[in-house]
Amino acid sequence: MEEDIRKNIDPTDVAKSEVHEFVTLNVGPTHPATHGVFQNVMTMDGEYVVDTTQTIGYIHRAFEKIAERRAYYQILPLTDRLNYCSAPLNNIGWQMAVEKLLGLEVPKRVQYLRVIIMELARIADHNVCNSVIGVDTGALTGFTYMFQDREKIYEIWEQICGSRLTTSIGRRGGFERNWNEKAWSLLRTFMKEYPPRLKEFEALLCRNRIFLDRTVDVGAISAEKALNYGFTGPNLRATGVDYDVRIAAPYCSYEDFDFIIPVGTSGDTHDRFMVRQEEMWQSMNIINQAITKLDAMDDKETFNADNDAFVMPPKEKVYNDMESLIYHFKQVMGELDAPVGEIYSALEAANGELGFYIVSDGGRSPYRCHFRRPCFIYYQGYPDMIKGNLLSDAIVTLSSINVIAGELDA
Amino acid sequence: MFIINQEIVDLTSEKLRKRFGEAILAEEVQMDMPVYTVKKEIIADLLRFLYDDETLKYRFLTTLCGIHYPDSKEPFGVIYHLHSLENNQRIRIKTFTTLEDITIPSATSVFAGANWMERETYDFYGILFSGHPNLKRILNVDSMDYFPMRKEYPLEDGTREDKKDEFFGR
Repeated sequence: MEEDIRKNIDPTDVAKSEVHEFVTLNVGPTHPATHGVFQNVMTMDGEYVVDTTQTIGYIHRAFEKIAERRAYYQILPLTDRLNYCSAPLNNIGWQMAVEKLLGLEVPKRVQYLRVIIMELARIADHNVCNSVIGVDTGALTGFTYMFQDREKIYEIWEQICGSRLTTSIGRRGGFERNWNEKAWSLLRTFMKEYPPRLKEFEALLCRNRIFLDRTVDVGAISAEKALNYGFTGPNLRATGVDYDVRIAAPYCSYEDFDFIIPVGTSGDTHDRFMVRQEEMWQSMNIINQAITKLDAMDDKETFNADNDAFVMPPKEKVYNDMESLIYHFKQVMGELDAPVGEIYSALEAANGELGFYIVSDGGRSPYRCHFRRPCFIYYQGYPDMIKGNLLSDAIVTLSSINVIAGELDA
Repeated sequence: MFIINQEIVDLTSEKLRKRFGEAILAEEVQMDMPVYTVKKEIIADLLRFLYDDETLKYRFLTTLCGIHYPDSKEPFGVIYHLHSLENNQRIRIKTFTTLEDITIPSATSVFAGANWMERETYDFYGILFSGHPNLKRILNVDSMDYFPMRKEYPLEDGTREDKKDEFFGR
């Protein structure tokens, strides 16, 4: 008799089952499956998620408050620690915001160099996110291979700025020095070796029956809801909205490049995966175009804007020329006569629109500095995406929206 | 630099003036962004109006943050960045209030995404949002008894002798 009743209960329909008891499950704050420090207190009905309460702020470091006291160039290292999977995107975003405030023009060559760095950062970020989706669906192999390629991107950054993870890459107006030969050769090798690896990775997952079963129709969100929650980046584009800051408001000469903005249709985990995957191919396409453009340029030396007041003068000039020494000293001490005003500058970071809102009252540091962190804004849509899903699907969804704790908590 | 779509901006100004009249306190263009300063009572209605309008379509809340000007008559402000994705036009809306009357209508009825942004603003500045479903601290600990981003809380230890402002040119 009892067996008969059990057979008739549809496990997906909570309301139908006569006996049900909710269980509270603590996922996080530190759990290998959350890929970062944040907690979800889930109300479970068996294996199904009924609701979840999110707690964030475990690694809040008060960047906005600290920024009110720091000189503009000292805020650069803070931005490293927002989305630490793609620090150069945050760095260059910050430089562009300051340049916009100061009205500093950046030479074409520097813009193309920045495009290369930013697209490499996008590849590095998507690389981690997509291979981690693989891990959460039970395929560790792809992850172990793809991380080797991320190392190769880090080696390129190491040649350019000296560090790998928290890069603080570039300076106001450009870079601190020209790229060396090693950096170029590493970049060219990477561009040759990476595509076959990515193809291999796609062969592993894209049409894999297990992977499809675990990701298709899992954690879906509609375009209307996603927009209302303020989604941006690959997560929004997976729902079918073709919003990309690189197209909507081109910066760093993105208008010179020919590339496609991939969009999904259903906004589920599989679409997010595929959008990121295609974005990596597009990034590679952009880098190749940038390399061709740079090769065609006669100028191989410019790595900085020509403006002594805002850009560090070269060392030879500092030692031999009084004015340059003064400029050097003023900049190192952070003495910058920033104009009074307010600016909002945005760029397409790996997770969406990363915005910097600076209110300046003149002087060395911003009066108010607000970071629009895409993760912080779209993570609030997470409960809506997982309600009624299995717990294991909730974990895959979490890794597919790529929430980075550093960016979430700032 | 964002491109200003002059036609849309003119239309926005015209419609806002027509609908809200005196409640629009100021309008200007700051670099590449039209800025409207409005009375706080109408802020939720204004966001709803801009959202619903068939031609303007400001249907994306880019960001929302607080600000504190201690010397001003109305020291606490909330700044909204709206984006009309269809017209590719961004605008900034500001509203200010006093410490005695620190409540501002919540934008959560228009934008679901405003939920956490308003909690963050409350967390840092103590600005209360009327109509918010769950207004509590988000990034700081619940037991905190002050609002750290207010200007009266200095970042560095004020009792330190070796870190005087004059040594750093500030």
